[in-house]
Amino acid sequence: MDRLDELEAQSIFILREAFARLKHIALLWSLGKDSNVMIWLARKAFFGRVPFPAMHVDTGKKFPEMYAFRDRYAKEWNLDLIVEQCPPIDSVDPTLPPAARSAARKTEGLKLALAKHGFDGLIAGIRRDEEPTRAKERVFSPRGVEGAWDVRDQPPEFWDHFNASPPAGAHLRIHPILHWTEADIWAYTKREGIPIIPLYLARNGKRYRSLGDADITFPVASDAATIDDILAELDATKVPERAGRAMDHESEDAFERLRTAGYL
Amino acid sequence: MNMLAPQSTFVEAAASRPLVRIVIVGHVDHGKSTLIGRLLHETGSLPDGKLDTLKAVSARRGMPFEWSFLLDALQTERDQGITLDTSQIRFRTRTRDIVLIDAPGHAEFLRNMITGASQADAALLLIDAAEGVRDQTRRHGYLLHLLGIRQVAVVINKMDRVGFDQGRFHAIEAEIVGHLAGFGLTPTAVIPISARNGDGVASVTPPIAWHAGPTVLDVLDRFSAAKPATDLALRIPVQAVYKFDERRIVAGRIEAGRVSVGDEVVVMPRGTRARISSIEAWPVPNESQAPRAASAGQSVGLVFDEDIFVDRGDLIAATAAPAAAAQRLRARVFWLHETPLAVGAALTVRVGMAESRGTVALIDNAVDPGQLSASGDGRINQNSVGEIEIALAKPIAADLYADSPRTGRLVLELSGRIAGGGLVLSLETAATPARDAAPSLAALEALAQRLNAELRTLPPAGRIRRFREAVEGRIVFTTSFGLEDQAIAHLVAETGVDVEVATLDAGRLFPQTYEVWAATEQRYGLRVRAFYPDHDDLEALVAKQGINGFYDSKDARAACCHVRKVAPLNRALAGARGWIVGLRADQSAFRGEGGIVSVDAERGALKLSPLFDWTREKVAAFAGAHNVPINSLHAQGFASIGCAPCTRAISPGEPERAGRWWWEQEGKSECGLHARLR
Repeated sequence: MDRLDELEAQSIFILREAFARLKHIALLWSLGKDSNVMIWLARKAFFGRVPFPAMHVDTGKKFPEMYAFRDRYAKEWNLDLIVEQCPPIDSVDPTLPPAARSAARKTEGLKLALAKHGFDGLIAGIRRDEEPTRAKERVFSPRGVEGAWDVRDQPPEFWDHFNASPPAGAHLRIHPILHWTEADIWAYTKREGIPIIPLYLARNGKRYRSLGDADITFPVASDAATIDDILAELDATKVPERAGRAMDHESEDAFERLRTAGYL
Repeated sequence: MNMLAPQSTFVEAAASRPLVRIVIVGHVDHGKSTLIGRLLHETGSLPDGKLDTLKAVSARRGMPFEWSFLLDALQTERDQGITLDTSQIRFRTRTRDIVLIDAPGHAEFLRNMITGASQADAALLLIDAAEGVRDQTRRHGYLLHLLGIRQVAVVINKMDRVGFDQGRFHAIEAEIVGHLAGFGLTPTAVIPISARNGDGVASVTPPIAWHAGPTVLDVLDRFSAAKPATDLALRIPVQAVYKFDERRIVAGRIEAGRVSVGDEVVVMPRGTRARISSIEAWPVPNESQAPRAASAGQSVGLVFDEDIFVDRGDLIAATAAPAAAAQRLRARVFWLHETPLAVGAALTVRVGMAESRGTVALIDNAVDPGQLSASGDGRINQNSVGEIEIALAKPIAADLYADSPRTGRLVLELSGRIAGGGLVLSLETAATPARDAAPSLAALEALAQRLNAELRTLPPAGRIRRFREAVEGRIVFTTSFGLEDQAIAHLVAETGVDVEVATLDAGRLFPQTYEVWAATEQRYGLRVRAFYPDHDDLEALVAKQGINGFYDSKDARAACCHVRKVAPLNRALAGARGWIVGLRADQSAFRGEGGIVSVDAERGALKLSPLFDWTREKVAAFAGAHNVPINSLHAQGFASIGCAPCTRAISPGEPERAGRWWWEQEGKSECGLHARLR
């Protein structure tokens, strides 16, 4: 087994555990590279079909290419697609800064969808290498009734035994690709021939590394016109690229923490 | 953006580098964050300018620069200078891709240390040269051993604080090597370093010239990834059986061994045999590309040649070396719950995908591995370890850890949350009892048969005396203070035999029952030991089905009986070899099927019903003649008395147990103490 085989086998194991131990689950499909890999893994785990809904919590502000991708592959992959709209931005606290306000809108949309469908588990495509707090996540991660994550009181999780009994009213987030890196995602996408949204590939010296709302997602300088190019690009960075990005915008926070520790 | 940084010559090509997961553990403040910061620097893993920026900030604020600031700058969830939860940092050494798992050093977060360390292939155990071996050093060392991590390098940090004293280094080395040897762990290396100054991290510097090597980076380059156990006997815990189409696919991950199409396998714990007719996969462009074989580490789907019964929790095993159908397990465990683990505790036990309720029957060698002496109170406290014997409510497939590690370890769950784990040291099946353990089922049945013949001619008091002589180990008389139980209480007191008297206080009993309970204690000068429902389970039950939800369905009633009566009974009887009850044959057809002595196979115990062949009238006459205190409800038409909401009086001519769960149209009117509800 090579590294991708090991990653795949572990993810399939996790998906099967989620399906076996929870009653009513859905897979969060953001249409991005990570959740597309996750759907592919689910089809492998369940021999060609995804036996639970794929849910797109839609901000209504995605790129046109993303909606086209969703509509085409929901059909081709025979997905039980649920699309839930986020509440209008007017309904979210206007005193929040723009990015936080946008995030709050998505959180609200997810909360509404959870309440509407009564899911006890949501499969989400986060990865440990994306962001420092995500590195602390469990594979089966309990969320409070309000959907909050209590990082101070996470249950122990070891030997691939998961805490799968959410308290009444709460739900679990299941993270089948937590142990993957961005490079793993691309290498696997290439090996398996998983379709991607073309925005990830460079055009005129720019490409998108992650896809979100069209108005707050920006391309990066890149000449990577193929997945091989992307892999070479990622290999050339000295730091796992998402961690590098997190550091960049965490610097200010780090100084805050130096201050609170008594340095001022 | 740093994604287009120039190609580094430091690393080899990605494809040839193994991925190794390394956990860094040790006592709080012994320098884990500093070492990680230094490692990131030495391997060229930091973004350009990061170090200069942090140094400039420190200088501006008049603070000496600390390498641990780097980690602080990479992590957002930090508090009081201690790492709350495990984090992971990726970097590359010369020959490896490293996932460095930063485990918290604070005792309070041991569950997080275990969560992190359980994912590791190897470990760095860090010790402060000035402070020496501390309790978390010892505790983490022992837990690495229990987690099955065999590659451990000891790093003695802050050598600058002790003047790079070689003698100090060797003293600590001797102490920690001795401690690790106590459980069979030999460190890969013991390395003197100063993470702050860089000595010993990437190179052997002049202050530690007396150290022959290796450096920290050297050992990182030597650690290898754990390999799947392909050479052990086949083990596939069944996750699920899928019937999405005409195929019936048994899904699971191969934990050990290999499997090929055509192989005969055995499905444990039942021992059913079948052949593998195909290995399913998706996508498969055409039949010729369908897999024919698979090995440890792979998640597979199998189809059998016969339609045998298979379900989640079963274990597919090699016929030549099948796993055991364990009824009782002895395990070395670590315990993470704040409530100490005590004999009688009811838990959920998981081995692979199998799960069963279990009751702790015995605890040995409970010890805090951070301290050097045993705790001695017979309980396993939070963050401590010990050996337990656990009696399972149903047999589950399991291995000894020594034979097959991944199916030879268990996880303990309390109220739906993982609370501990451990390694299976020995196990007992119905057919093959372990030493010093419960007698085999065959032996129990033989003894029951012999006693039945013998006791038939004896009066009830003689039966109790003879039973006491014949049974080795604890005998528990469980009373619900009904008429028969009161007669037996009288007999037990009169004969003076060594029998424990216990009751299950479900919390919903009649006030009259509590009155007769008190009167019994007073009359016979004994204390009845009361067993109560687990508060977590009871709170969850009432939250789920409401305070009187048992009227809604038979399942709801059974769930209530389980929490309020069956689970407490399991605790009352944990480890007991004999059980005395007030059953009479003429109470119901079901109860007539037993005997004076019968075998409780699940508990490995013999059950005595001293009044088995008496009639109700005879018991009543006996109680009257001896002035035995009886429940005043009997005079109001109550025959069999259980919980108040579930018991009513009966009319003359109705069956004796007709007043129990009277609203249920069918069934045996049993709560599950004497018959398991399915």
